[in-house]
Amino acid sequence: MKKITVHLALFISLLLLCGCAAVETATTVATDIAVQKGTMTKEQAASIRTGTTAVARGLEEFTPEQEYYIGRSVGAVVLTKYKPLNDAKANSYLNLLGHTLVLASDTPELFAGFHFLVLDSDDINAFATPGGHVFITRGLIRCCRTEDELAAVVAHEIGHIQMRHGMKAIQKARLAEALTVLAREGVKTYGDQELTKLSNSFGDVISDITTTMINNGYSRAYEYQADAAAVTLLKHAGYEPGALVKMLQIMSKELKPGGSDFAKTHPSPQARMNELKMSAPTQQTQNVRTERFTRAAGHLL
Amino acid sequence: MARYMSVIVLLAALSVFCLGATAQTQKAMSVQVKETQLRAKPSHLGKMVVKAPYGARLTILEERGAWKRAAYGNHRGWVHASSLTTKRIVLTAGKTSPAGTVGQDEIALAGKGFNQEVENRYRTSDKNLDYTWINRMETFNVTPEQIETFLREGKLSPDNEGG
Repeated sequence: MKKITVHLALFISLLLLCGCAAVETATTVATDIAVQKGTMTKEQAASIRTGTTAVARGLEEFTPEQEYYIGRSVGAVVLTKYKPLNDAKANSYLNLLGHTLVLASDTPELFAGFHFLVLDSDDINAFATPGGHVFITRGLIRCCRTEDELAAVVAHEIGHIQMRHGMKAIQKARLAEALTVLAREGVKTYGDQELTKLSNSFGDVISDITTTMINNGYSRAYEYQADAAAVTLLKHAGYEPGALVKMLQIMSKELKPGGSDFAKTHPSPQARMNELKMSAPTQQTQNVRTERFTRAAGHLL
Repeated sequence: MARYMSVIVLLAALSVFCLGATAQTQKAMSVQVKETQLRAKPSHLGKMVVKAPYGARLTILEERGAWKRAAYGNHRGWVHASSLTTKRIVLTAGKTSPAGTVGQDEIALAGKGFNQEVENRYRTSDKNLDYTWINRMETFNVTPEQIETFLREGKLSPDNEGG
């Protein structure tokens, strides 16, 4: 009897300890997900973490509100290069699909939420701003045959936002300068001189982000991270994760060498597939989803 | 037996320590997004209890994964961690910064730094910049009801909603 009491006490103590562990908030770092899902080794994750820790600490200084304003202007620069597609059917479908994925992500709430827009271009391209503005070209939608494949495209972009890749494109010197200006100018209404300083710093930040996003592309590591995040997101949202591979297979045929789109800014679809180490799904995606994809975006293909 | 007892005492002590940590989670946090919602269950698809605006102070009562049960005025509900910060957000239109009374790390001034005023100034630097569609896309909204229908019709069963 005494032994049972001892075991019971031991059991209760352990139970309490487990409860404690659960209190720890699950702020999932992308590298953790990737390691768990086997898409990244522990060594790779550790090297990514070491490299980004220093800069990331600085980025914490930006409020979601400031990132929202950065995002708006990054978006405005994207729209100087690409025209929006004024297509209510396609855009509302893209927003429904996007929000379904967003709710399964680690960062479902940004300052002003997520917003999705189709760009009227044959280029295969997509952009995601730190403010939650996501742009997908018609050319990229043409690489999709099913809703699950389009979800893979959108999930990759949400992955970039979740991991703050846009903000990490700000050069260290500019970041330090921006943070200094922001710390100094503590008031809400500015005089002309302060406004000029802030506006110059703001312009530098926008320029760093858009140059990386539009012209040079992120590092290959960031693209693979966004792919790994997309796979996780697709799984969580109930989509077929292999749809990303299927989409990349189509993209490898559609992408024109020498183009200034993904051909220039992203690792090749083949390299991305190799990195994913996944195969395309053998079974058909849910017909109901493919049908509604065709209804909403079929005219863009 | 004595060894057993010492293990139990150790575990009990640890448990008490952790329970203390749990009690500390009953802290105040601020809404860091334009607006968030307290919901009846820890899900964005849960029934909305009340809206909480930017800067609102919530008392955290309980945590479950990325969801926190919080009190806001007389209301209680679940709110997602991504909409909250431990910093105090000061919504002031005044010219004086409250810095000095509170540590810089603990406060954030709403509308400070990169804001609409700075955007307006920046826009004058390039005449090609056009925010018409940025403003328009920000009006594209999706309701929880629409998402529920979208999930049902698409036979989608998310296993992880909101982290």
